Amino acid sequence: MDTFIQQIINGLTLGAVYAMVALGYTMVYGIIQLINFAHGEVVMIGAMVAFSVIGALLGLDSGLPPALIVLLGAAAAIPVCMAVAYAMERVAYRPLRGAPRLAPLITAIGVSIILQQLGMMIWSRNPLAFPQILENRIFHLGGATVSTVQLAIWLVAVSMMGALTLMIHRTRLGIAMRATSQNPQVAGLMGIDVNRVIAATFIIGAALAAIAGVMVGTYYGIAHYTMGSLLGLKAFCAAVLGGIGNLPGAMLGGLILGVVEALGAGYIGDFTGNWFGSNYQDVFAFIVLILVLVFRPSGLLGERVGDRT
Amino acid sequence: MQPLLRASDINKRFGGLQALSNVSFSIAAGQIYGLIGPNGAGKTTLFNVITGMTPADAGTVMLDGRELGQLKPHAIAQAGIARTFQNIRLFANLTALENVMVGRHARTRAGLLQAIMRTSGQRAEEAEIEARAFELLRYVGIEARVNELARNLPYGDQRRLEIARALATEPKLLALDEPAAGMNPTETGELRTLLERIRSDGVTLFLIEHDMRLMMRLCDRVLVLDFGRAIAEGPPREVQQDPAVVAAYLGTPTP
Repeated sequence: MDTFIQQIINGLTLGAVYAMVALGYTMVYGIIQLINFAHGEVVMIGAMVAFSVIGALLGLDSGLPPALIVLLGAAAAIPVCMAVAYAMERVAYRPLRGAPRLAPLITAIGVSIILQQLGMMIWSRNPLAFPQILENRIFHLGGATVSTVQLAIWLVAVSMMGALTLMIHRTRLGIAMRATSQNPQVAGLMGIDVNRVIAATFIIGAALAAIAGVMVGTYYGIAHYTMGSLLGLKAFCAAVLGGIGNLPGAMLGGLILGVVEALGAGYIGDFTGNWFGSNYQDVFAFIVLILVLVFRPSGLLGERVGDRT
Repeated sequence: MQPLLRASDINKRFGGLQALSNVSFSIAAGQIYGLIGPNGAGKTTLFNVITGMTPADAGTVMLDGRELGQLKPHAIAQAGIARTFQNIRLFANLTALENVMVGRHARTRAGLLQAIMRTSGQRAEEAEIEARAFELLRYVGIEARVNELARNLPYGDQRRLEIARALATEPKLLALDEPAAGMNPTETGELRTLLERIRSDGVTLFLIEHDMRLMMRLCDRVLVLDFGRAIAEGPPREVQQDPAVVAAYLGTPTP
């Protein structure tokens, strides 16, 4: 039972991160029906920029409180990721607007490879030790534990998702985004600059990705130039699980996927007589993806079945 | 006096079909200007060209002395042309109010940064947009439906909502593609009252419609298209008598 609660707690933490990244996939898909496979790399860049800034601030011996240093790292990562996302939309995807759907999809894979290699050139091919400077108090819940870092990840993720939901439903930009996703042509005729709305969608997704990158770095204490690809793929699974294009779906899908993965990793040993260990953790996200695609391709909250893929 | 809209020598070809050939006309401010013609005459194509949805192969469109030429649709909306569609194209999963709020985009400015930061100016602007959108729903007579999703509205209300959404862009010229299609005589009568009211509030109307009784009563002038060519233009009474128009609609008598 303790393992169960512990794995639920771990899974929800991981799931919060997946949800943040999945939102970026689902928003872009909702508006231009593109799976932006380079989105995971944006997470990596966010983690790396934060790594550099936090490292530099620690090197200065500034005496700033650790939480503030991490915040400054995130504050630097966000605009960099926004700029990267804007650039990739402008340079790689916008010229392909109206092209057959396969072209931007393959381009996204290309962009992903370029960003990954850039990451390697800038931050080296070695795993980097992400400074773990946040005071990590442990709370006991029965036999399970929760750490302050986990709580912080939760708090930030939930408030970011709340803010995003409000933005989508209450602001004119949010209404413009929803209108554009339903019918870009008519949205244009109503005076919406569709290209600006699409750029804004990429930029908002990138901000969430940057924060997710800092979370992953802080949580696992490690950053690597390939860290974005597996994380991105899992977040993509989460988006599909929730129903691609559906924002609450991405949040729900992320949380469920995190929990499934954590429970799977926690119990796979027991169920297979230790034939498989928790290093098979990564398998579960993709099992979920296959099951969803077979039994409910529109996802948990998705309404229409994707007819254009 | 300079006309509000002047289109000169518009040409548009789709593959082997000359959809519009050398169409020229002009609409004076304050008019209700009709566009009629048999099915496939090119009426909707002409609408698409004027609103920037379909680029013309040749020809110019001037609004208030300004050439619209290569402008993107959103810029044309900002310049002052709004439209509705023959087959209703609302944002089906937005509420009635939100549909109209989308139309306010053409007339409000606020960047991405303000939208994220929620400045107080931004919030005031959003409150203003919402108030104005509600007013427009009342103006077209569907204020009872504010928070219903557009797809759940009855057909006639959807047509009204499309008009409200177009009016939200504060157009100088409102282009309506078959607004009375599918309406019963009572609804058509109400529509006529609404259109006359819109005109008296200073918006020029450009209207495609098959309901000839409505067109004859409503329009100051009409343009008749047939196979992409303008075959007649003038006040409805005269155009109605024009032998070319009669032939286009009824066919030429075989000798």
